[in-house]
Amino acid sequence: MLRYTINRILLMIPTLIGVAVLVFFMLRIVPGDIVEVKLRGDGGNITQEVVEQERKRLGLDRPLLIQFKDYMIGLAKLDLGISMWTERPVIEEIAIRLELSLEVAILATIIAILLAVPLGTAAALMRDTWVDYAVRIITIGGLSIPSFWFGMLIMLTLLSLFNWLPPIVFTPIYVDPVANLTQLIWPAMAVGYRYCAVTARMIRSSLLEIMSEDYIRTARAKGVYEKLVVSRHALRNAMLPAITVIGLEFAFLIGGLVVTEQVFNLNGIGQLFVQSVSRNDFMLIQGMVMMIAVFYVFVNLIVDLLYAVFDPRIRYG
Amino acid sequence: MDARTDQKTHAETAPVLLSVEDLHVQFETTRGIVRAVEGISYTVRRGETVAIVGESGCGKSVSSLAIMRLLPRKTARITRGRIMLDGRNLLDLSDEQMREVRGRDVSMIFQEPMTSLNPVLPIGLQIMEPLFIHLKMTPEQAKARAMELLELVGITDSARRLDQYPHQFSGGMRQRVMIAIGLACNPKLIIADEPTTALDVTIQAQILELMKNLSRELGIALVIITHNLGIVARYADRVNVMYAGNIIEQGSADDIFLSPAHPYAIGLMRSVPRLDEPRGTRLETIEGLPPDLLNPPSGCRFSPRCPHRIEICSQPIELRPAGEGHLSRCHRVDEVVAGKLTKPQVVVARLAQQELDHTNPIMAVENLKKFFNVTLARKNWISQEKAVVRAVNDVSFSIAKGETLGLVGESGCGKTTVGRVVLRLDDATEGKIKFEGLDITHSSSGAMREKRRRIQVIFQDPYSSLNPRMTCGEIIAEPLAVYKIVAEKKAREERVAELLQQVGLFPYMAERYPHELSGGQRQRVGIARALALEPTFIVCDEPVSALDVSIQGQIINLLEDLQQRLGLSFLFIAHDLAVVRHISNRVAVMYLGRIMELADRDELYANPAHPYTQALLDAAPIPDPKVERGRAPRALKGEIPSPLKPPSGCVFHTRCPFAIEVCKEEVPETRQFGPRHLVACHRAEEVVAHAATARN
Repeated sequence: MLRYTINRILLMIPTLIGVAVLVFFMLRIVPGDIVEVKLRGDGGNITQEVVEQERKRLGLDRPLLIQFKDYMIGLAKLDLGISMWTERPVIEEIAIRLELSLEVAILATIIAILLAVPLGTAAALMRDTWVDYAVRIITIGGLSIPSFWFGMLIMLTLLSLFNWLPPIVFTPIYVDPVANLTQLIWPAMAVGYRYCAVTARMIRSSLLEIMSEDYIRTARAKGVYEKLVVSRHALRNAMLPAITVIGLEFAFLIGGLVVTEQVFNLNGIGQLFVQSVSRNDFMLIQGMVMMIAVFYVFVNLIVDLLYAVFDPRIRYG
Repeated sequence: MDARTDQKTHAETAPVLLSVEDLHVQFETTRGIVRAVEGISYTVRRGETVAIVGESGCGKSVSSLAIMRLLPRKTARITRGRIMLDGRNLLDLSDEQMREVRGRDVSMIFQEPMTSLNPVLPIGLQIMEPLFIHLKMTPEQAKARAMELLELVGITDSARRLDQYPHQFSGGMRQRVMIAIGLACNPKLIIADEPTTALDVTIQAQILELMKNLSRELGIALVIITHNLGIVARYADRVNVMYAGNIIEQGSADDIFLSPAHPYAIGLMRSVPRLDEPRGTRLETIEGLPPDLLNPPSGCRFSPRCPHRIEICSQPIELRPAGEGHLSRCHRVDEVVAGKLTKPQVVVARLAQQELDHTNPIMAVENLKKFFNVTLARKNWISQEKAVVRAVNDVSFSIAKGETLGLVGESGCGKTTVGRVVLRLDDATEGKIKFEGLDITHSSSGAMREKRRRIQVIFQDPYSSLNPRMTCGEIIAEPLAVYKIVAEKKAREERVAELLQQVGLFPYMAERYPHELSGGQRQRVGIARALALEPTFIVCDEPVSALDVSIQGQIINLLEDLQQRLGLSFLFIAHDLAVVRHISNRVAVMYLGRIMELADRDELYANPAHPYTQALLDAAPIPDPKVERGRAPRALKGEIPSPLKPPSGCVFHTRCPFAIEVCKEEVPETRQFGPRHLVACHRAEEVVAHAATARN
């Protein structure tokens, strides 16, 4: 198991190198660069000379391969370079937003799992009763309602019923947990709804399948309590496909909250992404793509390792 | 007096443990109400072994699940009857009371050991669960008991085994674990639903011996549900024969086998090919199909298929006495018992044993090898651990025109791979395949295409080998169109109708989809498809193993008739020795990729010269309690070794009772043992001599 884990971590290196190469060159194919946006973006009359000077200062005038070499060497040293716009280290720029985004993602995951497991289980066990229908309606809603719109509904409800809006300034959880949670629980709910719907449906369908397996009949024939039949014999097996869904959704949340962040006015990774793309801030975009790639690969690894924990048939040599 | 008769006298006087009285079970389906069980009654005494026999869909499993109250809640309903266990009606108990009965007083062993254990829980926990729940044992007590149980069912190294998971056990071992679970709380009754159907014949013998011995030693009553008459004859004290939701005959094993009193039981008995019977006779079959339980015939449910049907048979009928303790659900029971109704057994000289031309075989295989490379595990992130499975290792045989060569062996012995390589679905690793005198081992696909017309195949599973989206007519016509044999559509339809009739179906069935047909009918469609190209050679890969006994007989007869009429040659691959014996001219026995013995049929069954052949013959139960009582139960020890690491020397030496040093070192050569009798054993002479002394 340990060896497998190390192998998998080593295998990430070629994947990440591939991502780095792709994102570097794809960004350079796009016409225009940051200097144009920075100096002429507001329509100011800037001479070509100044532009060239600025390019030189940012190192954009050097041959592409040299730039690429520097970038790759930086990556190897875990140095993502300096943002071309704010001129602060990319890692720093990401770090201050990641805290927020990560917390929203984790909160959403917790909400989703806490709701999805009981909902999915109840629906499967009470198939074709009103419970099942209710769960199915709720989860279809989750799949079809966009998170940002649900977020706006939450805000409107809070405003009209309690005449209250969550705070706008981000307070880290270790400074003031209450202030932090009152701000972040709402976006977490907004995205957690969809997340919960996907997971609950997955649990429902896999549990339905598993409840008709032979070994469930065996457990009943042994006289096992029905509660134990579900929790020990069935749910453990049913969780396997759900873990995959949870993992993918979690990785998606890290980079994909663009609109929801806008709605709740959160300064998260999603907003940063949009900003840096519109500013052509190559260094920052590269850094963020790399960060998200690392997340995806790690979450996948954790999912695979969890599989091995839940399912002894999957043994990694 | 042997142990069996001891047991018997005990069983006859012992108090009644379970009595099922007038049980009715219905299923609600979208098409209507299926009356799966209609008014069955039987009793089980303490320590007794009772068999319930019948074909699929007769209600035997449903009635036993009803005892456990494990029928699907939504669709199944027990509409009438009582199930009395020790004076309590199980149908009156609350769910919680019933849960206490399950696993404590009654336990159940299921058919599929591969899927009946929870894959994500260690088997230790699965065995200990009932101990915790019913006996409130502490973890230490439960662990000690679980180890004891594993030893009891013949699993050594129990302490380590407790922490393992089901996938680390073979099928036979898993069934032992299931038995250990069943025994955990010392139940009064164990219901075994087809406990060995999914297992190989040598493992089946081990498991059945184990169950029988345990029930005898521990005084546990056993209800065995099976379709295998041989098992019934070997193990049951009393027998209930079911047909279409009714018990149609009830009595002691001797009653049922020696003087059956119901035409269905008689037909069933005759339609099974038997190991101990000379052949040359055609299998007698029960024509037709079991009735649809949505709308069963009034009166005797067997009457539409019964050769002795008269007017009164459409009247309702209950079980009637046919002797002491012997009941039959037949209006004409007295005539049956008096022997007035037995049809004379038709002795059809089969295929006037024409001289087979062995010098000019239609198919010859020489030193055939087929190896598969498999990846075992990733060593590190570049290299992988690889292994070679020698699925077929140095196999030679030939098949004369008009001959049937039977190829028998247990699962994993490579018999199906031989079939696939002969069909060129897989390419041989080494060796030669000659078809009609021409080497086709490496023929190009173009040249092979022409040959494929004359080499056809019939597959095992008629449920999955026909495309569900095509009508039977389209399935049969496809090869005709592909090979442009019958180009015109109209003519093709006529040819399809002709083929359907040839295999005993009606032309209108061309319009049907496979799911609308029964298993036997589907297998007939598969045969018609194979015949469409007018082949000369057909590989039959377990063509009857998925079918019920009475249907099996029909298909075997059909294959024999077709062979006679069309001069076909068959490679008949099967695991059932009796079926192979019935249909083959010569038989080859395979084990772990090698042919152990190859001889003319009668020679092989009368004078098996290889210990493995002997073991297979010993392990297969014969549907005759008298014969069975005379046979010493000899179950081959051990499991089939993994084909990844076959034993050195003779591959069979690890399980062979005759093995000596040389067997571990040298691979025995295939040598001539008698006229057209080949054997690969160092000690064949001693083996035959030993068998001869044992017989005398």
